[in-house]
Parts: sequence; C-alpha cells; structure tokens
Amino acid sequence: MPIVQLIILPLASDFEVKNIRITVIDQDKSTYSKRLIQKLDASEYINVAEYKDSYTKALESTGAGTSDLILTIPVNFEKKLIKENESTIHLAADAVNGIKGGLGSAYAAMIVGDFNREIREEWMVMPRHSEFPAVEITSANWYNPGNNYKLFMVPGILVILVTMIGSFMTALNIVAEKEVGTIEQINVTPVKKYEFIIGKLLPFWVLGMVSITIGMTVAFLIFGLIPQGSFLTIYVFSGVYLFSVLGIGLLISTFADSQQQATLFAYFFMMVFVMLSGLFTPIESMPDWSKMLTKINPPAYLITVFRAVYIKGSSFSDLLPTFYALLGLGLLFNILAILNYRKRAT
Amino acid sequence: MTDTVIHTNGLTRKFGDFIAVNAISFEVKKGEIFGFLGANGAGKTTAMKILCGLLSPSSGEAKVAGYDVYTQNESIKKHIGYMSQKFSLYENLKVRENIKFYGGIYGLRGADLNQKTEQLINRLGLENEADKLVGSLPLGWKQKIAFSVAILHKPKIVFLDEPTGGVDPVTRRQFWDLIYEAANEGITVFVTTHYMDEAEYCDRVSIMVDGSIAALDTPEKLKEQFKTNSMEGVFLQLARNAKRSE
Repeated sequence: MPIVQLIILPLASDFEVKNIRITVIDQDKSTYSKRLIQKLDASEYINVAEYKDSYTKALESTGAGTSDLILTIPVNFEKKLIKENESTIHLAADAVNGIKGGLGSAYAAMIVGDFNREIREEWMVMPRHSEFPAVEITSANWYNPGNNYKLFMVPGILVILVTMIGSFMTALNIVAEKEVGTIEQINVTPVKKYEFIIGKLLPFWVLGMVSITIGMTVAFLIFGLIPQGSFLTIYVFSGVYLFSVLGIGLLISTFADSQQQATLFAYFFMMVFVMLSGLFTPIESMPDWSKMLTKINPPAYLITVFRAVYIKGSSFSDLLPTFYALLGLGLLFNILAILNYRKRAT
Repeated sequence: MTDTVIHTNGLTRKFGDFIAVNAISFEVKKGEIFGFLGANGAGKTTAMKILCGLLSPSSGEAKVAGYDVYTQNESIKKHIGYMSQKFSLYENLKVRENIKFYGGIYGLRGADLNQKTEQLINRLGLENEADKLVGSLPLGWKQKIAFSVAILHKPKIVFLDEPTGGVDPVTRRQFWDLIYEAANEGITVFVTTHYMDEAEYCDRVSIMVDGSIAALDTPEKLKEQFKTNSMEGVFLQLARNAKRSE
C-alpha cells in the first residue's frame, strides 16, 4: 500500500500547469494582434480555446469553466503600438484555482514579454527608433535543471510514508494492548519502564529503516532517482528521525485509550505533518507563526534533508543544524512520552 | 507476623467524590486461599489493583509480601503473579512463546527457563498445542495457561481477578485443582469470583459491600453466623443491602 502511494502520488502532485485555456477578444483584428495570438497558441502551456467578441460573453465561458484566462486586445492596439511606441492589453485570470490562475497569467505575461522583445528587435533596424538600454533577467535552475517535479516530490512523499509507519503503527500497537488488556499484565510485572518502551520502539525503528530502504529502491526502479549525496547521510538522518516520530507515536499512545481515539489523533497529526512539512508549499513563504510551527515538525526537517541529499548531494556536515534539531525533537517527544507513561494509575 | 503476606489497614481509594474502596483492613496468611467476594461495583477490582501496584491508594496503609504499596510497588511486582478477568496472554504468540516471554520478564533465563517451560507444557498436557497460537485455543485452556504463567516464577502471592468467568463447570473444577496445587506449594492465592461454589473452596472469604468489607471469616463460620447452609445465602443477605451496583 505505501509503495503504491509512493509510485502514484508523485505523478499526481505535479505543480506544472499545462493546458491553460484562454479566451481571446480581439477587437483590433490587426496583423500584430494576430501575431500575438499565434504566439500564445504556439506555447505548450496555453491553448487558445475560443474567440469572443465581448468581455461579457467571455466571462460566461469562464463561469462555465471552459476557459481559464481572458485576453482582451483593444481597438487600435496596432496603431498605438506603432505610433506611440506603446500599447496595452488586458489579461484576466480565473483565480478559483489559485495556482492555475497565477501560473497561467505568469506564462501569458512571459509570452507577451517575448512578443514585445521580438517586435522591438525588428524595429531596431529602423532608424527612427532609438535603442533602449534593457535589463533582462534570465534564470538558471541549479541542481534540478529540468525542474523535474518527481525529483522534488518523491523524497518528500517517502518521508511522509515513513512517518506514518513510524508513529501511527507504534501508537496503534500500544493502544491495542491497552484494549486487549495485555498492557495491564505487563504493568503488573517488574519490567522497567524503559525496557518496555525500548521493546516497543526498537521493532518499529527497524521496520522504519527497512521501509526507507524499500522506498529508495522503488524511487530508483520506478523513477530512476538516486541520491546525489551519500546513503550514509540518509540513514543517519532517518535513524534520528524515526527516533523522534516513534516518540510522537508513544506520546499518542499514552493519551489514547482506544484504537479509534488513536486513529483520530493520528489524522490530526498527519494533517499538521503534511501541511507544515513543506511538501507542497515552501516553508519560506509561510507566515511567521506557521514557520515557527514547522520548527517542531519533524517531517519538515527530514524532507529538507532528503531533498538536499537527493538533489544537491549535500553532505552530513552541511546538514548538521538539522541533525541537532531532529535529535532535540526526538529527545523532547520521548521524554514527554516517558513522563506520561505510567505503570501505575494515579 | 512473618507469615502474613498481605496486610492492609484503613486502605481507601477515592475517585473524586466516589469512595470506591472505603477503609478496608484485613490480613492474608501465607499459603491461604483467600476469597475476595462482592457484587459488581463493590470495589473488589479496585482494591486488587492497589495491592498489585496498578493503582495508587488514596489513604490508609497496605503491605504486600512485606513491601509498602506507596513506595515499593515495583518491588511488590517481583513477588506476585496476576491474572485478570480480561484475558491477558498474547493471542498472536504461540503457547510456548507466551510462557517464555513472561518467564523472561520475571528474570528466568536460559536453561532454567526452557526447563520450566517444558515442565509446564507437560503438566498441562499441551504437548500438541505448544506451537499453536494462543488465540486459536478454547477459553478454558487459555485460562489454565494464563494461571500457570502467572505462577511460573513462584511468586509469594498470586492475584486472580475472576479467573473462571465464562467457562464450563468441568473446566472450572480443573482450574481449582491448579489453584490447590499452587496453594500446596506455598503460594498464597487471592481470588475474586462470582461463583458461590468457588467461595466454598476458599480457606477464608471476605465479602465487600459498597466499598467496605461486610464480613470476613471461613465459609463455615460465615454460614453459621448468617444461619444459612450455603455461601450463596450469606452473600445474598449481605449484598441485598448494597446501595450501589452497576
């Protein structure tokens, strides 16, 4: 089941927005306006879906969900462009799906900018235009030059899956013992608290390490991903990480009396884990208060580490602060859990 | 005093305003089979959990196997066995694995543990079942195994919380044979039950009503005192006056 998720989720959670449908209102119907439209249509991200003659009609198709962007090219677009050397067009985006709307208008703006440069270059040869000094920003994507989302998502999803195995299986296992009554039997024996806890955590720690290995194998076989950095770094971090999520599982088990309760806790924690992990939304662009919360969210650290090791090939010493943070969280959660676990009810 | 294994004086446990166990005082002698009776909700299980170190008392004093329940509850645990009404072996472990697991927890090791395990399997006549999962066995067998596991480490006292609930009379009889065997070996048996015929098997019986001990004596003397010819008569006379029940 987790393996299937690991295979399917990265394919589904691709941020690239393709097939943006644009409705064009061409009131100018000039050579330049046609050229702009052609340029838009030629891009792999944008399809010109339809032509409308009024903004109201165009809005209708946006409302019906058949169009994502509306481009209005006003009358005299060409005339103004040539005579006054500048002209305006109007672009409206359907922002119901914020990502699609935002990216769509950004792509369209990029294409319009391209178009702008093109005609300037053409006119440059004509003497009546002076040469504008222009600053242009070009970006190069380091480490992940193709902006390959799978490279970005697979390590992240692997972390979330290991988290589930580590924390929730531990919690459910201990709570199940509460339900069956074996925990009472254990509590009445002279077994030490730490012996019991180590006995409970160690198997799940091993299981977690094994599932990371399986996950990395799947990442290689299906997606062809190999960490740029060392496996040792990954395993050391995973070991410390599992220690801290097992602590969370243990803590949940001390609060929950039934498996239903533990499952509800688990859902709650999982939401927080995923939303604040930086898996989908960059932590850097979160508001300050939630940035603070990500500091106590172990998956946020391991996702950073996995991505860094997989994509950049970061070494252990590069990630040392993260290591200490995970170790600290592990100690925190486990100490809380041990304090809260009582062999004798009060 | 040396052969007193359980001693309580004014032992009390409150849950908020509710007094589950109200100042109970009694003594249990070494090798005794002590019946701990009472209607549902009378406070038997609560009292037993305090004595086993599973629950802190609110006030009063109690010593089990010579150790204080307030400060030495982990030491108590080395010298007692416990079997609860909730069946408490691991169902998804084999019979032999369960015996070895609990034996190991009580500090039995290596050859000694192996030998005791095989002895136990032979005594219970489980040679063919030893490698079956506990979950696949009938309830009566599970209970016999659970009891035998609880006394594997030769504790001074074994606490049995309704050990024979839900099994047939023949199996119950066999279970009591095991209890007698244990008592003959010098293990004190502290047992709660709802079966009045089982109360007759005990050396002494206490009957709890509403958190207090209403009567405590040998079955014969209790029957004399309450002018009836069965323990059931004694129990009904006392329990009828109970105000709380579940």
